[in-house]
Amino acid sequence: MALTSQDIARVAHLARLALRPDETEHTLGQLNGFFRLVEQMEAVNTDGVEPLAHPAAVLGQVALRLRDDIATEPNQRDASQVSAPAVENGLFLVPKVIE
Amino acid sequence: MSALHDLSVAQLAAKLAAKEVSSVEVAQHFLARIHSQDALGAFLATDEEQSLAQAGAADARLAAGERTPLLGVPLAHKDVFVTRDFPTTAGSKMLANYRSPFDATVVNRLGAGGAGMVSLGKLNCDEFAMGSGNDNSAYKPVQNPWDTSRVPGGSSGGSAAAVAARIVPAATGTDTGGSIRQPASLSGITGIKPTYGRCSRYGMVAFASSLDQAGPMARSALDCALLLSAMAGPDLDRDSTSLDMPAADYAAELIAANTQAAGTKPLQGLRIGLPTQFFGAGCSADVLAAVRGALTELEKLGATLVDVSLPLTELSIPVYYVIAPAEASSNLSRYDGVRYGHRAAEYTDLEDMYKKSRTEGFGDEVTRRIMIGTYVLSHGYYDAYYLKAQKIRHLIAEDFQKVFSQCDIIAGPVSPTVAWKIGERSDDPVASYLADIYTLSSSLAGLPGMSVPAGFGAHGMPVGLQLIGNYFKEAQLLSTAHRFQQATDWHQRKPGAAA
Repeated sequence: MALTSQDIARVAHLARLALRPDETEHTLGQLNGFFRLVEQMEAVNTDGVEPLAHPAAVLGQVALRLRDDIATEPNQRDASQVSAPAVENGLFLVPKVIE
Repeated sequence: MSALHDLSVAQLAAKLAAKEVSSVEVAQHFLARIHSQDALGAFLATDEEQSLAQAGAADARLAAGERTPLLGVPLAHKDVFVTRDFPTTAGSKMLANYRSPFDATVVNRLGAGGAGMVSLGKLNCDEFAMGSGNDNSAYKPVQNPWDTSRVPGGSSGGSAAAVAARIVPAATGTDTGGSIRQPASLSGITGIKPTYGRCSRYGMVAFASSLDQAGPMARSALDCALLLSAMAGPDLDRDSTSLDMPAADYAAELIAANTQAAGTKPLQGLRIGLPTQFFGAGCSADVLAAVRGALTELEKLGATLVDVSLPLTELSIPVYYVIAPAEASSNLSRYDGVRYGHRAAEYTDLEDMYKKSRTEGFGDEVTRRIMIGTYVLSHGYYDAYYLKAQKIRHLIAEDFQKVFSQCDIIAGPVSPTVAWKIGERSDDPVASYLADIYTLSSSLAGLPGMSVPAGFGAHGMPVGLQLIGNYFKEAQLLSTAHRFQQATDWHQRKPGAAA
Protein backbone atom coordinates (compact mmCIF):
# COMPACT_ATOMS: atom_id res chain seq x y z
CA MET A 1 0.00 0.00 0.00
CA ALA A 2 1.64 3.22 -1.14
CA LEU A 3 0.98 6.69 0.20
CA THR A 4 -0.38 9.36 -2.12
CA SER A 5 0.33 13.08 -2.20
CA GLN A 6 -3.10 13.55 -0.56
CA ASP A 7 -1.90 11.44 2.37
CA ILE A 8 1.23 13.59 2.65
CA ALA A 9 -0.84 16.77 2.66
CA ARG A 10 -3.20 15.35 5.30
CA VAL A 11 -0.36 14.16 7.58
CA ALA A 12 1.52 17.45 7.16
CA HIS A 13 -1.58 19.31 8.26
CA LEU A 14 -2.04 17.02 11.28
CA ALA A 15 1.61 17.69 12.21
CA ARG A 16 1.15 21.43 11.59
CA LEU A 17 3.82 21.49 8.92
CA ALA A 18 3.62 23.41 5.66
CA LEU A 19 5.43 21.46 2.94
CA ARG A 20 6.08 23.13 -0.39
CA PRO A 21 4.72 21.21 -3.42
CA ASP A 22 8.21 20.12 -4.52
CA GLU A 23 8.92 18.93 -0.97
CA THR A 24 5.69 16.95 -0.95
CA GLU A 25 6.86 14.88 -3.93
CA HIS A 26 10.31 14.31 -2.40
CA THR A 27 8.80 13.37 0.97
CA LEU A 28 6.32 11.04 -0.73
CA GLY A 29 9.13 9.09 -2.40
CA GLN A 30 11.13 8.84 0.82
CA LEU A 31 8.17 7.79 2.96
CA ASN A 32 7.10 5.14 0.46
CA GLY A 33 10.65 3.77 0.53
CA PHE A 34 10.46 3.71 4.30
CA PHE A 35 7.08 1.98 4.44
CA ARG A 36 8.33 -0.81 2.19
CA LEU A 37 10.73 -1.56 5.04
CA VAL A 38 7.91 -1.36 7.58
CA GLU A 39 5.84 -3.91 5.65
CA GLN A 40 8.30 -6.59 6.86
CA MET A 41 6.53 -6.38 10.22
CA GLU A 42 3.45 -8.05 8.73
CA ALA A 43 5.32 -11.36 8.46
CA VAL A 44 5.69 -11.65 12.25
CA ASN A 45 2.97 -13.56 14.09
CA THR A 46 2.00 -11.44 17.08
CA ASP A 47 -1.24 -13.19 18.02
CA GLY A 48 -1.75 -13.01 21.75
CA VAL A 49 1.34 -10.83 22.28
CA GLU A 50 0.89 -7.85 24.59
CA PRO A 51 2.24 -4.57 23.19
CA LEU A 52 5.33 -3.39 25.07
CA ALA A 53 4.97 0.34 25.54
CA HIS A 54 7.86 0.62 27.87
CA PRO A 55 10.91 -1.46 28.90
CA ALA A 56 10.01 -0.97 32.57
CA ALA A 57 7.10 -3.36 31.99
CA VAL A 58 9.63 -6.16 31.41
CA LEU A 59 11.30 -5.19 34.67
CA GLY A 60 8.04 -5.35 36.56
CA GLN A 61 8.31 -1.67 37.50
CA VAL A 62 5.12 -0.48 35.89
CA ALA A 63 3.25 1.07 38.80
CA LEU A 64 2.95 4.79 38.22
CA ARG A 65 4.28 6.73 41.15
CA LEU A 66 2.34 9.62 42.57
CA ARG A 67 4.11 12.29 44.53
CA ASP A 68 2.44 14.63 46.95
CA ASP A 69 0.53 17.36 45.17
CA ILE A 70 2.62 20.25 46.41
CA ALA A 71 4.64 22.82 44.51
CA THR A 72 8.33 21.94 44.61
CA GLU A 73 9.64 24.41 42.06
CA PRO A 74 10.27 28.07 42.82
CA ASN A 75 8.48 30.66 40.71
CA GLN A 76 10.87 31.44 37.85
CA ARG A 77 8.54 33.26 35.52
CA ASP A 78 11.18 35.68 34.25
CA ALA A 79 13.76 32.96 33.65
CA SER A 80 11.13 30.82 31.97
CA GLN A 81 10.06 33.62 29.65
CA VAL A 82 13.55 34.70 28.63
CA SER A 83 13.33 32.46 25.56
CA ALA A 84 9.72 33.27 24.65
CA PRO A 85 9.15 34.78 21.19
CA ALA A 86 6.69 37.42 22.45
CA VAL A 87 5.84 38.37 26.03
CA GLU A 88 3.97 41.27 27.59
CA ASN A 89 3.43 41.85 31.30
CA GLY A 90 4.48 38.29 32.05
CA LEU A 91 2.01 36.83 29.54
CA PHE A 92 2.80 34.94 26.32
CA LEU A 93 1.47 36.74 23.27
CA VAL A 94 -0.28 34.81 20.47
CA PRO A 95 -2.24 36.00 17.44
CA LYS A 96 -5.86 36.83 18.14
CA VAL A 97 -7.91 33.62 18.33
CA ILE A 98 -11.42 34.95 19.07
CA GLU A 99 -12.78 37.83 17.01
CA MET B 1 55.24 14.43 32.35
CA SER B 2 52.15 13.84 30.23
CA ALA B 3 50.25 16.86 29.01
CA LEU B 4 47.04 17.45 30.96
CA HIS B 5 44.88 16.46 27.99
CA ASP B 6 46.56 13.06 27.77
CA LEU B 7 45.54 12.23 31.34
CA SER B 8 42.48 10.14 32.08
CA VAL B 9 39.62 11.38 34.22
CA ALA B 10 40.95 9.28 37.09
CA GLN B 11 44.47 10.70 36.68
CA LEU B 12 43.23 14.29 36.47
CA ALA B 13 41.18 13.78 39.63
CA ALA B 14 44.24 12.43 41.45
CA LYS B 15 46.37 15.40 40.35
CA LEU B 16 43.68 17.82 41.50
CA ALA B 17 43.32 16.08 44.84
CA ALA B 18 47.11 16.19 45.31
CA LYS B 19 47.01 19.94 44.52
CA GLU B 20 49.56 19.49 41.71
CA VAL B 21 47.27 21.54 39.53
CA SER B 22 44.13 23.61 40.13
CA SER B 23 40.78 23.06 38.51
CA VAL B 24 41.00 26.55 37.00
CA GLU B 25 44.34 25.65 35.38
CA VAL B 26 42.91 22.41 34.01
CA ALA B 27 39.85 24.21 32.63
CA GLN B 28 42.04 26.88 31.01
CA HIS B 29 44.20 24.20 29.37
CA PHE B 30 41.20 22.41 27.87
CA LEU B 31 39.45 25.64 26.80
CA ALA B 32 42.58 26.61 24.88
CA ARG B 33 42.58 23.19 23.19
CA ILE B 34 38.88 23.51 22.36
CA HIS B 35 39.52 26.83 20.62
CA SER B 36 42.57 25.51 18.77
CA GLN B 37 40.44 22.62 17.41
CA ASP B 38 37.45 24.73 16.42
CA ALA B 39 37.45 23.23 12.91
CA LEU B 40 36.31 19.88 14.33
CA GLY B 41 32.88 21.42 14.93
CA ALA B 42 32.50 19.52 18.19
CA PHE B 43 31.26 22.44 20.29
CA LEU B 44 28.12 24.53 19.87
CA ALA B 45 28.75 26.76 22.89
CA THR B 46 31.55 27.64 25.26
CA ASP B 47 31.65 30.36 27.90
CA GLU B 48 35.01 30.84 29.54
CA GLU B 49 33.61 32.95 32.34
CA GLN B 50 31.04 30.31 33.36
CA SER B 51 33.53 27.44 33.10
CA LEU B 52 36.15 29.23 35.15
CA ALA B 53 33.56 30.16 37.77
CA GLN B 54 32.62 26.49 38.07
CA ALA B 55 36.32 25.56 38.27
CA GLY B 56 36.85 28.18 40.97
CA ALA B 57 34.01 26.67 42.99
CA ALA B 58 35.56 23.22 42.58
CA ASP B 59 38.93 24.57 43.74
CA ALA B 60 37.21 25.97 46.83
CA ARG B 61 35.71 22.56 47.59
CA LEU B 62 39.13 20.95 47.10
CA ALA B 63 40.76 23.55 49.35
CA ALA B 64 38.14 22.79 52.01
CA GLY B 65 39.40 19.21 51.99
CA GLU B 66 36.64 17.56 49.99
CA ARG B 67 37.85 14.42 48.20
CA THR B 68 35.18 13.14 45.85
CA PRO B 69 36.31 11.16 42.79
CA LEU B 70 35.50 13.71 40.04
CA LEU B 71 35.85 17.03 41.82
CA GLY B 72 37.28 19.71 39.54
CA VAL B 73 37.65 17.49 36.45
CA PRO B 74 36.23 19.08 33.29
CA LEU B 75 33.66 17.58 30.96
CA ALA B 76 31.19 18.83 28.37
CA HIS B 77 27.55 18.02 27.82
CA LYS B 78 25.73 16.93 24.71
CA ASP B 79 23.50 19.83 23.75
CA VAL B 80 20.31 17.89 24.53
CA PHE B 81 20.87 18.33 28.26
CA VAL B 82 19.39 21.63 29.40
CA THR B 83 21.77 23.90 31.28
CA ARG B 84 21.40 27.21 33.04
CA ASP B 85 24.97 28.33 32.38
CA PHE B 86 24.99 27.69 28.63
CA PRO B 87 22.44 27.87 25.82
CA THR B 88 20.69 24.62 24.83
CA THR B 89 19.76 24.03 21.19
CA ALA B 90 19.52 20.24 20.74
CA GLY B 91 21.31 20.93 17.45
CA SER B 92 18.17 22.62 16.11
CA LYS B 93 17.39 26.08 14.76
CA MET B 94 14.11 25.63 16.61
CA LEU B 95 15.93 26.23 19.90
CA ALA B 96 18.45 28.84 18.75
CA ASN B 97 19.23 31.05 21.76
CA TYR B 98 17.12 28.94 24.14
CA ARG B 99 18.09 29.37 27.79
CA SER B 100 16.79 26.83 30.26
CA PRO B 101 15.68 28.07 33.67
CA PHE B 102 17.04 24.86 35.24
CA ASP B 103 19.75 22.21 34.90
CA ALA B 104 19.01 18.63 33.82
CA THR B 105 19.33 16.16 36.70
CA VAL B 106 22.36 14.56 35.05
CA VAL B 107 24.03 17.97 34.64
CA ASN B 108 23.31 18.86 38.26
CA ARG B 109 24.57 15.53 39.61
CA LEU B 110 27.81 15.69 37.64
CA GLY B 111 28.25 19.39 38.40
CA ALA B 112 27.73 21.80 41.24
CA GLY B 113 24.90 19.79 42.80
CA GLY B 114 27.06 16.69 43.20
CA ALA B 115 30.33 15.45 41.76
CA GLY B 116 31.73 18.94 41.14
CA MET B 117 32.84 18.44 37.56
CA VAL B 118 33.39 21.59 35.51
CA SER B 119 31.39 22.09 32.32
CA LEU B 120 33.38 23.39 29.35
CA GLY B 121 30.28 23.90 27.22
CA LYS B 122 27.80 22.20 24.95
CA LEU B 123 28.56 19.59 22.34
CA ASN B 124 27.22 19.39 18.82
CA CYS B 125 24.78 16.61 17.92
CA ASP B 126 22.26 15.61 15.29
CA GLU B 127 19.13 17.75 15.48
CA PHE B 128 17.00 16.50 18.38
CA ALA B 129 19.39 13.50 18.49
CA MET B 130 18.00 12.16 15.19
CA GLY B 131 20.81 10.86 13.05
CA SER B 132 23.88 8.68 12.96
CA GLY B 133 26.49 10.90 11.34
CA ASN B 134 26.04 14.22 13.10
CA ASP B 135 25.38 15.73 9.66
CA ASN B 136 21.80 16.50 10.73
CA SER B 137 23.01 19.22 13.09
CA ALA B 138 21.36 22.49 12.04
CA TYR B 139 24.58 24.35 12.86
CA LYS B 140 27.57 22.50 11.43
CA PRO B 141 28.81 18.98 10.80
CA VAL B 142 31.35 17.42 13.16
CA GLN B 143 34.60 15.97 11.83
CA ASN B 144 36.02 12.65 12.94
CA PRO B 145 39.46 13.33 14.50
CA TRP B 146 40.82 10.17 12.88
CA ASP B 147 40.01 11.51 9.40
CA THR B 148 38.45 14.94 9.24
CA SER B 149 36.68 14.15 5.95
CA ARG B 150 34.62 11.52 7.78
CA VAL B 151 31.72 11.62 10.22
CA PRO B 152 32.28 10.97 13.93
CA GLY B 153 29.00 9.02 14.12
CA GLY B 154 25.88 10.26 15.77
CA SER B 155 23.83 11.45 17.27
CA SER B 156 26.34 12.15 20.09
CA GLY B 157 28.96 13.00 17.46
CA GLY B 158 30.30 16.14 19.13
CA SER B 159 30.78 14.19 22.37
CA ALA B 160 32.66 11.39 20.61
CA ALA B 161 34.86 13.71 18.51
CA ALA B 162 35.72 15.92 21.50
CA VAL B 163 36.80 12.95 23.64
CA ALA B 164 38.73 11.35 20.76
CA ALA B 165 40.54 14.61 19.97
CA ARG B 166 41.32 15.01 23.68
CA ILE B 167 39.76 18.44 23.88
CA VAL B 168 37.65 17.13 26.78
CA PRO B 169 38.49 14.19 29.05
CA ALA B 170 34.86 13.00 29.18
CA ALA B 171 31.41 13.92 27.93
CA THR B 172 27.78 13.06 28.36
CA GLY B 173 25.79 11.50 25.55
CA THR B 174 22.31 10.20 25.00
CA ASP B 175 21.32 6.98 23.30
CA THR B 176 17.87 6.32 21.82
CA GLY B 177 18.80 3.75 19.17
CA GLY B 178 22.59 3.71 19.40
CA SER B 179 23.56 7.37 19.75
CA ILE B 180 26.23 6.74 22.41
CA ARG B 181 27.54 3.37 21.19
CA GLN B 182 27.77 4.11 17.47
CA PRO B 183 29.74 7.41 17.68
CA ALA B 184 31.94 5.84 20.38
CA SER B 185 32.69 3.02 17.93
CA LEU B 186 33.28 5.27 14.93
CA SER B 187 35.50 7.67 16.88
CA GLY B 188 37.47 5.07 18.84
CA ILE B 189 36.34 5.89 22.38
CA THR B 190 34.43 4.09 25.15
CA GLY B 191 30.76 4.75 25.88
CA ILE B 192 27.97 3.10 27.81
CA LYS B 193 24.20 3.32 27.52
CA PRO B 194 22.82 2.13 30.85
CA THR B 195 19.60 0.20 31.43
CA TYR B 196 16.59 2.32 30.43
CA GLY B 197 15.56 4.31 33.49
CA ARG B 198 18.97 4.25 35.22
CA CYS B 199 19.78 7.90 34.52
CA SER B 200 17.12 10.55 34.91
CA ARG B 201 15.61 11.97 31.73
CA TYR B 202 14.63 15.15 33.57
CA GLY B 203 16.04 18.00 31.53
CA MET B 204 16.96 15.90 28.50
CA VAL B 205 15.31 17.39 25.41
CA ALA B 206 12.87 14.60 24.57
CA PHE B 207 13.17 12.53 21.39
CA ALA B 208 11.55 9.12 22.07
CA SER B 209 10.59 8.88 25.71
CA SER B 210 10.44 5.09 26.02
CA LEU B 211 13.95 4.76 24.55
CA ASP B 212 16.00 7.85 25.52
CA GLN B 213 18.76 7.18 28.01
CA ALA B 214 21.80 9.20 29.11
CA GLY B 215 25.27 7.79 29.52
CA PRO B 216 28.95 8.73 29.77
CA MET B 217 31.53 8.78 26.98
CA ALA B 218 35.25 8.78 27.78
CA ARG B 219 38.45 7.08 26.72
CA SER B 220 38.28 4.12 29.10
CA ALA B 221 35.76 1.93 30.87
CA LEU B 222 37.18 3.11 34.21
CA ASP B 223 36.49 6.75 33.35
CA CYS B 224 32.97 5.84 32.18
CA ALA B 225 32.45 3.98 35.47
CA LEU B 226 33.46 7.07 37.46
CA LEU B 227 30.98 9.24 35.58
CA LEU B 228 28.15 6.73 35.58
CA SER B 229 28.34 6.36 39.37
CA ALA B 230 27.68 10.09 39.64
CA MET B 231 25.02 10.29 36.91
CA ALA B 232 22.82 7.30 37.67
CA GLY B 233 20.28 6.69 40.38
CA PRO B 234 16.64 7.40 41.16
CA ASP B 235 15.02 10.75 40.39
CA LEU B 236 11.57 9.64 41.38
CA ASP B 237 9.82 12.97 41.76
CA ARG B 238 11.00 14.34 38.43
CA ASP B 239 11.13 11.44 35.98
CA SER B 240 8.20 9.02 36.03
CA THR B 241 10.30 6.36 34.29
CA SER B 242 13.30 6.67 36.60
CA LEU B 243 13.98 3.28 38.19
CA ASP B 244 13.96 2.98 41.94
CA MET B 245 17.42 1.41 41.96
CA PRO B 246 20.43 3.07 43.59
CA ALA B 247 23.54 3.63 41.46
CA ALA B 248 26.48 1.41 42.25
CA ASP B 249 30.06 2.56 42.81
CA TYR B 250 31.04 1.13 39.45
CA ALA B 251 34.65 2.33 39.58
CA ALA B 252 35.23 0.72 43.00
CA GLU B 253 33.98 -2.54 41.53
CA LEU B 254 36.49 -2.29 38.68
CA ILE B 255 39.36 -1.49 40.98
CA ALA B 256 38.34 -4.36 43.27
CA ALA B 257 38.28 -6.62 40.22
CA ASN B 258 41.99 -5.93 39.76
CA THR B 259 42.85 -8.16 42.68
CA GLN B 260 42.32 -11.79 41.84
CA ALA B 261 43.53 -15.11 43.02
CA ALA B 262 46.79 -16.27 41.44
CA GLY B 263 46.41 -18.76 38.61
CA THR B 264 42.91 -17.69 37.60
CA LYS B 265 42.15 -15.79 34.47
CA PRO B 266 40.34 -12.47 34.90
CA LEU B 267 37.29 -13.43 32.81
CA GLN B 268 37.21 -17.09 33.85
CA GLY B 269 33.66 -18.40 33.71
CA LEU B 270 32.24 -15.49 31.69
CA ARG B 271 30.02 -16.76 28.85
CA ILE B 272 29.86 -14.38 25.90
CA GLY B 273 27.00 -14.92 23.45
CA LEU B 274 27.55 -14.16 19.77
CA PRO B 275 24.24 -13.64 17.93
CA THR B 276 24.60 -15.23 14.51
CA GLN B 277 22.57 -12.32 13.08
CA PHE B 278 25.34 -9.89 14.15
CA PHE B 279 28.02 -11.73 12.20
CA GLY B 280 26.32 -12.14 8.82
CA ALA B 281 26.98 -10.80 5.36
CA GLY B 282 25.58 -7.39 6.33
CA CYS B 283 28.71 -6.59 8.32
CA SER B 284 31.78 -5.49 6.40
CA ALA B 285 34.84 -7.74 6.55
CA ASP B 286 37.18 -5.17 8.14
CA VAL B 287 34.76 -4.58 11.03
CA LEU B 288 34.24 -8.32 11.52
CA ALA B 289 38.00 -8.92 11.57
CA ALA B 290 38.53 -6.34 14.32
CA VAL B 291 35.59 -7.67 16.34
CA ARG B 292 36.82 -11.26 16.00
CA GLY B 293 40.28 -10.15 17.13
CA ALA B 294 38.75 -8.63 20.25
CA LEU B 295 36.76 -11.80 20.91
CA THR B 296 39.96 -13.86 20.69
CA GLU B 297 41.48 -11.54 23.28
CA LEU B 298 38.47 -12.02 25.57
CA GLU B 299 38.87 -15.80 25.20
CA LYS B 300 42.52 -15.49 26.22
CA LEU B 301 41.30 -13.69 29.33
CA GLY B 302 39.21 -16.73 30.21
CA ALA B 303 35.81 -16.04 28.61
CA THR B 304 34.03 -18.72 26.63
CA LEU B 305 32.21 -17.86 23.40
CA VAL B 306 28.81 -19.37 22.64
CA ASP B 307 26.65 -18.98 19.55
CA VAL B 308 23.21 -17.56 20.24
CA SER B 309 20.34 -16.34 18.11
CA LEU B 310 18.34 -13.11 18.06
CA PRO B 311 16.02 -13.94 15.16
CA LEU B 312 14.21 -10.58 15.10
CA THR B 313 17.38 -8.49 14.69
CA GLU B 314 16.45 -7.29 11.19
CA LEU B 315 12.90 -6.53 12.27
CA SER B 316 14.24 -4.22 14.97
CA ILE B 317 14.82 -1.63 12.23
CA PRO B 318 11.18 -1.12 11.16
CA VAL B 319 9.98 -1.60 14.75
CA TYR B 320 12.31 1.13 16.01
CA TYR B 321 11.61 3.45 13.08
CA VAL B 322 7.89 3.23 13.80
CA ILE B 323 8.06 3.61 17.59
CA ALA B 324 10.76 6.30 17.83
CA PRO B 325 9.19 8.67 15.25
CA ALA B 326 5.75 8.09 16.81
CA GLU B 327 7.03 9.23 20.18
CA ALA B 328 9.06 12.01 18.55
CA SER B 329 6.03 13.39 16.70
CA SER B 330 4.23 13.59 20.03
CA ASN B 331 7.16 15.08 21.95
CA LEU B 332 7.95 17.63 19.25
CA SER B 333 4.36 18.89 19.11
CA ARG B 334 5.38 21.19 21.98
CA TYR B 335 7.33 23.38 19.56
CA ASP B 336 4.58 25.76 18.58
CA GLY B 337 6.35 29.10 18.64
CA VAL B 338 4.46 30.28 21.72
CA ARG B 339 6.38 29.71 24.96
CA TYR B 340 9.87 29.13 23.56
CA GLY B 341 11.57 28.21 20.33
CA HIS B 342 11.46 29.69 16.88
CA ARG B 343 8.50 31.80 15.77
CA ALA B 344 8.06 32.77 12.12
CA ALA B 345 8.34 36.47 11.38
CA GLU B 346 5.08 36.69 9.43
CA TYR B 347 1.82 34.77 9.68
CA THR B 348 -1.89 35.32 9.15
CA ASP B 349 -3.39 33.55 12.18
CA LEU B 350 -2.58 31.10 14.96
CA GLU B 351 -2.59 27.99 12.79
CA ASP B 352 -0.45 29.69 10.17
CA MET B 353 1.95 30.71 12.93
CA TYR B 354 2.22 27.10 14.12
CA LYS B 355 2.81 25.78 10.62
CA LYS B 356 5.33 28.40 9.51
CA SER B 357 7.24 28.32 12.81
CA ARG B 358 7.52 24.54 12.82
CA THR B 359 8.36 24.25 9.12
CA GLU B 360 11.10 26.88 9.42
CA GLY B 361 12.44 25.57 12.73
CA PHE B 362 12.79 21.85 11.96
CA GLY B 363 15.38 20.38 9.60
CA ASP B 364 14.75 17.67 6.98
CA GLU B 365 15.32 14.56 9.08
CA VAL B 366 13.25 15.84 11.99
CA THR B 367 10.44 16.79 9.61
CA ARG B 368 10.60 13.33 8.03
CA ARG B 369 10.32 11.62 11.39
CA ILE B 370 7.46 13.85 12.52
CA MET B 371 5.66 12.92 9.29
CA ILE B 372 6.29 9.19 9.82
CA GLY B 373 5.25 9.39 13.46
CA THR B 374 2.11 11.38 12.77
CA TYR B 375 1.12 8.93 10.05
CA VAL B 376 1.62 5.75 12.11
CA LEU B 377 -0.37 7.25 14.99
CA SER B 378 -3.19 8.53 12.79
CA HIS B 379 -6.68 7.08 12.67
CA GLY B 380 -6.82 3.79 10.80
CA TYR B 381 -3.07 3.08 10.92
CA TYR B 382 -2.39 2.93 14.64
CA ASP B 383 -3.05 -0.83 14.97
CA ALA B 384 -1.24 -1.83 11.79
CA TYR B 385 1.92 0.12 12.58
CA TYR B 386 2.31 1.40 16.10
CA LEU B 387 0.58 -1.41 18.00
CA LYS B 388 2.15 -4.06 15.77
CA ALA B 389 5.59 -2.55 16.40
CA GLN B 390 5.03 -2.58 20.15
CA LYS B 391 4.05 -6.26 20.01
CA ILE B 392 7.21 -7.16 18.10
CA ARG B 393 9.11 -5.04 20.61
CA HIS B 394 7.80 -7.38 23.29
CA LEU B 395 9.00 -10.42 21.33
CA ILE B 396 12.43 -8.80 20.90
CA ALA B 397 12.70 -8.23 24.66
CA GLU B 398 11.69 -11.85 25.31
CA ASP B 399 14.27 -13.15 22.83
CA PHE B 400 17.00 -11.38 24.81
CA GLN B 401 15.86 -13.08 28.02
CA LYS B 402 16.07 -16.48 26.30
CA VAL B 403 19.60 -15.65 25.15
CA PHE B 404 20.62 -14.53 28.64
CA SER B 405 19.85 -18.04 29.89
CA GLN B 406 22.68 -19.24 27.61
CA CYS B 407 25.25 -16.50 28.22
CA ASP B 408 26.15 -13.66 30.59
CA ILE B 409 26.80 -10.92 28.08
CA ILE B 410 26.32 -10.54 24.33
CA ALA B 411 29.05 -9.29 22.00
CA GLY B 412 29.21 -8.18 18.40
CA PRO B 413 29.89 -5.19 16.18
CA VAL B 414 28.32 -1.79 16.89
CA SER B 415 28.07 -0.60 13.31
CA PRO B 416 28.36 -2.56 10.05
CA THR B 417 31.05 -0.21 8.70
CA VAL B 418 33.68 2.24 9.86
CA ALA B 419 32.94 5.97 9.65
CA TRP B 420 31.86 7.16 6.23
CA LYS B 421 32.57 10.42 4.39
CA ILE B 422 30.66 13.50 5.54
CA GLY B 423 27.64 13.98 3.27
CA GLU B 424 27.87 10.50 1.73
CA ARG B 425 24.60 9.21 3.19
CA SER B 426 22.67 12.41 3.62
CA ASP B 427 20.08 11.85 0.89
CA ASP B 428 19.24 8.21 1.61
CA PRO B 429 17.52 8.04 4.99
CA VAL B 430 16.49 4.39 4.65
CA ALA B 431 20.09 3.29 3.98
CA SER B 432 21.21 5.14 7.05
CA TYR B 433 18.44 3.53 9.16
CA LEU B 434 19.62 0.09 8.03
CA ALA B 435 23.09 0.79 9.43
CA ASP B 436 21.60 0.98 12.94
CA ILE B 437 20.87 -2.76 12.87
CA TYR B 438 23.18 -3.86 15.71
CA THR B 439 22.18 -1.22 18.26
CA LEU B 440 18.39 -0.98 17.86
CA SER B 441 17.25 -4.29 19.36
CA SER B 442 18.90 -3.72 22.75
CA SER B 443 17.50 -0.17 22.80
CA LEU B 444 14.00 -1.50 22.18
CA ALA B 445 14.44 -3.99 25.03
CA GLY B 446 15.88 -1.27 27.31
CA LEU B 447 19.10 -3.21 27.94
CA PRO B 448 22.48 -1.68 28.80
CA GLY B 449 25.09 -1.70 26.06
CA MET B 450 28.51 -0.28 25.43
CA SER B 451 31.14 0.24 22.79
CA VAL B 452 34.79 -0.52 23.50
CA PRO B 453 37.66 0.31 21.11
CA ALA B 454 38.61 -2.96 19.44
CA GLY B 455 41.02 -2.06 16.68
CA PHE B 456 40.97 -0.45 13.26
CA GLY B 457 39.29 -1.26 9.98
CA ALA B 458 39.28 0.19 6.48
CA HIS B 459 41.04 3.56 5.98
CA GLY B 460 42.62 3.24 9.43
CA MET B 461 39.31 4.08 11.09
CA PRO B 462 38.39 2.80 14.57
CA VAL B 463 36.11 -0.17 15.19
CA GLY B 464 34.18 -0.71 18.40
CA LEU B 465 33.18 -3.95 20.08
CA GLN B 466 29.63 -3.87 21.36
CA LEU B 467 28.86 -5.52 24.69
CA ILE B 468 25.21 -5.93 25.72
CA GLY B 469 24.26 -6.92 29.26
CA ASN B 470 21.08 -7.97 30.98
CA TYR B 471 19.08 -5.37 32.92
CA PHE B 472 21.13 -3.59 35.61
CA LYS B 473 24.34 -5.36 34.58
CA GLU B 474 26.28 -2.15 33.92
CA ALA B 475 28.94 -3.24 36.41
CA GLN B 476 29.49 -6.50 34.56
CA LEU B 477 29.79 -4.70 31.21
CA LEU B 478 32.19 -2.11 32.59
CA SER B 479 34.32 -4.69 34.33
CA THR B 480 34.53 -6.87 31.21
CA ALA B 481 35.53 -3.80 29.21
CA HIS B 482 38.04 -2.81 31.88
CA ARG B 483 39.69 -6.25 31.81
CA PHE B 484 39.85 -6.04 28.03
CA GLN B 485 41.42 -2.58 28.25
CA GLN B 486 44.01 -3.81 30.73
CA ALA B 487 45.10 -6.37 28.15
CA THR B 488 44.88 -4.13 25.05
CA ASP B 489 45.84 -0.58 24.16
CA TRP B 490 43.26 0.27 21.48
CA HIS B 491 41.63 2.78 23.82
CA GLN B 492 44.95 4.57 24.32
CA ARG B 493 45.63 5.16 20.63
CA LYS B 494 45.26 8.75 19.65
CA PRO B 495 44.36 10.31 16.33
CA GLY B 496 46.72 12.77 14.65
CA ALA B 497 44.29 15.55 15.48
CA ALA B 498 44.84 14.92 19.20
CA ALA B 499 48.60 15.51 19.10
